[in-house]
Amino acid sequence: MEYLKAFLRPTIRDVAGRRMIMILAVVAIVVPILNLAVPQGHFLHVSTFTVTLLGKYICYAMLALALDLVWGYVGILSLGHGAFFALGGYAMGMYLMRQIGDRGVYGNPDLPDFMVFLNWQELPWYWHGFDQFWFAMLMVILIPATLAFVFGFLAFRSRVSGVYLSIITQALVYSLMLAFFLNDLGFGGNNGLTDFKDILGFNIQADGTRVVIFLASIFFLVLFYAICRFVVVSKAGRVLVSIRDAEPKTRFIGYRVENYKLFAFVLSAIIAGVAGALYVPQVGIINPGEFSPINSIEIVIWVALGGRGTLYGAVLGALIVNYAKTWFTGAFPEVWLFALGALFVISTLFFPKGVAGIFGGKALDAFNRAADKYRKRSGEANS
Amino acid sequence: MKIVHRLMLLVLGAVLSVSSLADEYSDALNTLIKGNFKEKAKAVEVIAASGNEQSVVILESMLEGNLFYRRSDNLLGFAELVDKKYNFKSLDGTETEEGLGKRKVKKVSVNNSLRKQLRGLIAGLQLISGTKAQRKDAALNMLSTVDESMVPLLNSALKQEKENSIKKLLMLNIAMVDIDSNDEKIWQPALSTLRSSLESDVRNKLVSIQEVGPEEKQQAITDALQSIEGKVNFYGGVENIFFGLSLGSVLLLAAVGLAITFGVMGVINMAHGEMIMLGAYTTFVIQTYVMPNWVDGSVLVAIPVAFMVTGAFGILIERTVIRYLYGRPLETLLATFGLSLILQQLVRTVFSPLNQSVATPSWMSGSWAVNGALSLTYNRLYIIGFSLLVFIGLIFLLRRTYFGLQMRAVTQNRPMASSMGIRTGWVDALTFGLGSGVAGIAGVALSQLTNVGPNLGQGYIIDSFMVVVFGGVGNLWGTLVAAFSLGVVNKFLEPVAGAVLAKILVLIFIILFIQKRPRGMFALKGRAVDG
Repeated sequence: MEYLKAFLRPTIRDVAGRRMIMILAVVAIVVPILNLAVPQGHFLHVSTFTVTLLGKYICYAMLALALDLVWGYVGILSLGHGAFFALGGYAMGMYLMRQIGDRGVYGNPDLPDFMVFLNWQELPWYWHGFDQFWFAMLMVILIPATLAFVFGFLAFRSRVSGVYLSIITQALVYSLMLAFFLNDLGFGGNNGLTDFKDILGFNIQADGTRVVIFLASIFFLVLFYAICRFVVVSKAGRVLVSIRDAEPKTRFIGYRVENYKLFAFVLSAIIAGVAGALYVPQVGIINPGEFSPINSIEIVIWVALGGRGTLYGAVLGALIVNYAKTWFTGAFPEVWLFALGALFVISTLFFPKGVAGIFGGKALDAFNRAADKYRKRSGEANS
Repeated sequence: MKIVHRLMLLVLGAVLSVSSLADEYSDALNTLIKGNFKEKAKAVEVIAASGNEQSVVILESMLEGNLFYRRSDNLLGFAELVDKKYNFKSLDGTETEEGLGKRKVKKVSVNNSLRKQLRGLIAGLQLISGTKAQRKDAALNMLSTVDESMVPLLNSALKQEKENSIKKLLMLNIAMVDIDSNDEKIWQPALSTLRSSLESDVRNKLVSIQEVGPEEKQQAITDALQSIEGKVNFYGGVENIFFGLSLGSVLLLAAVGLAITFGVMGVINMAHGEMIMLGAYTTFVIQTYVMPNWVDGSVLVAIPVAFMVTGAFGILIERTVIRYLYGRPLETLLATFGLSLILQQLVRTVFSPLNQSVATPSWMSGSWAVNGALSLTYNRLYIIGFSLLVFIGLIFLLRRTYFGLQMRAVTQNRPMASSMGIRTGWVDALTFGLGSGVAGIAGVALSQLTNVGPNLGQGYIIDSFMVVVFGGVGNLWGTLVAAFSLGVVNKFLEPVAGAVLAKILVLIFIILFIQKRPRGMFALKGRAVDG
């Protein structure tokens, strides 16, 4: 009955989410001012390096948000979300590569440097169009979405779920990594795409450009948060959660489970792709390392640590873990992997609800709490 | 005739009185120093026919340019160049002198025709009086240079040869000469002998005379070549299957431990790769620190030690982490992944981030030449056998021992097993320890094939999961079939698509296969499926 009540009670009051958006808004106003208006050397000055670093974290947060949508709400533990992120990044990288024009080392106006190096005579067909910003941005969305659609369509239709799905998503990202390492594929092989010069005519290294990309990252994080929030509290979102908690039952009620899953999976892939596209101009390189399975698993730990099934928890987790990573790899590089490993073990053993569960007990979705109770009861009944 | 003369000397050499030949022998040695090439040619014949124990060594060193004489006293001997000085040693080994200058010694010079003659003579000597291996090598090496002058020698060797395989090689040599004849009665039997051989020398010879002689012969040679090509292709296929099986056996070793922890217990152990790595490092430690002087045996010692070390790690992990996470497979996945990171960093800190070198014992190096077109390396052969042994051992353990019975009971019905008095907690721990221990054994085997480094395990974890899932979870035989079939498929794709692309294709194939049969090739049926 409580489960039903939870269904009826509209729980759109999202205190934690609103707080998070407010903090992001403050950051979006303060950081650019401190970077651009406060002179260098002043103790309040925020260096461009820090702005870029923050921008990177924001992109990771977006990626974590994407994973939380499918893992936290639908129960699809994807170990291959890095693939969508990297594909979005490659689409952006291809645009930036074409913007270099004849300023490359070889000065070839038509071909990127690595193609000249490989003695290629003309641009491969799949590179055409990437000199147009709108086309590249379309691809940032379409390529990850298409991959997610095809993969999800096949997987969900044949009811591959749980651990099996996790393992084949990992195989997917692993095979993509191997493929992108090939020189013949035409994406720069081992070295990837780098040496970018400008974006939309603005110098990519300039402080102003950096700040704008940073602001764009925050904008998209807030936008996607709002979209995800909208999705999970909508009626469809409730179906998603019921799929997570009792997939066969949901199917028996008459919902087309695979369509719901596919929708969430594709939306999540798009978010990840956009995150990748915003990430690349900030770090200045995209290479096959982004596809490595360990990167994708790291995303999972951000979400797990932050608190899955809360959306804002994922954002929080991404920021905390990545800040810790930056600090550790600077101060004690040896210890970082120990710390990360311990995080995995401790958070799964002792804090299955993550940081959001520790501090934000009240802020946790009333909906999720009700679902938890339901699960506990039905678990008892079963055993 | 020269040939007959040589033959008689060779055959009768031992019978003739030694004294009359002894003078001839020392004269011949002197000729090597003073004579011109023509005289030397006669001298080497004499040396070869002398039956002297040293003659092969002298002729060989002459061929290789190691035969010198000392200018001061015209003493013949061997010399080797060390730091631009010669170390000289007389033939009988009684006189040695080190650090001779360039001008103090002179090489016994040879020209090309003399070299050819020397090769023939050495081969002939070895054919008659060498050990079994020497005779075989000599007969094989002759194939490329054999000509009419050697036929009598070959015939006499054939007469006294008892070993069948060498007899065949000798006949092959004779056929190589006979095939040049245009007389139908001679070349036809020769061709039928050659037809059955896979040596590349034979093929080259046939290709070179394909367009000489009467038309009928040309046609026959073309036919023979085609049949040889067919056989070579067949053996190429066999070799590919062998490579595939060896890759499959590596996959089997890596995956079979996972088949126990994942398949039987339902635990997703992402630290499985690190267990393999620990096994490999155990081999390294034993070989380098415990018994550095006994490489041949250290690998054998490492097998049980690695099993115990990694098994103990497995039990430790199960008791401290995994037992709190039963029934939550996704959480287990995360926790064990964290453990894998910790273990990797541990190895980096304790040893070094660099790869360590593990030596291959002598009994594992070398290869077994089945015929001219197919040779199988021993290390791959051993690993195929080893993986099968491990597999059979595991099946035996699961099916025929009390522990296996308990294990199966716990997997099938935990509460019932528990109420029958089985300590389920212990069975869990031991099962996980067993799976980890087998991974450690895999590590010992892998240390012989790849670099031993902190990332060793990472490369195998995805493959292992693929094998287990492809074969059908909870089914050891499925794992066996999956490992070998994936290995063979991979090796057959490699020449067509390249190594990396082949691997990608296999992964994509598995991804698609799982869509079609989500429970693998040999799915469990009945209640266990959703349990």
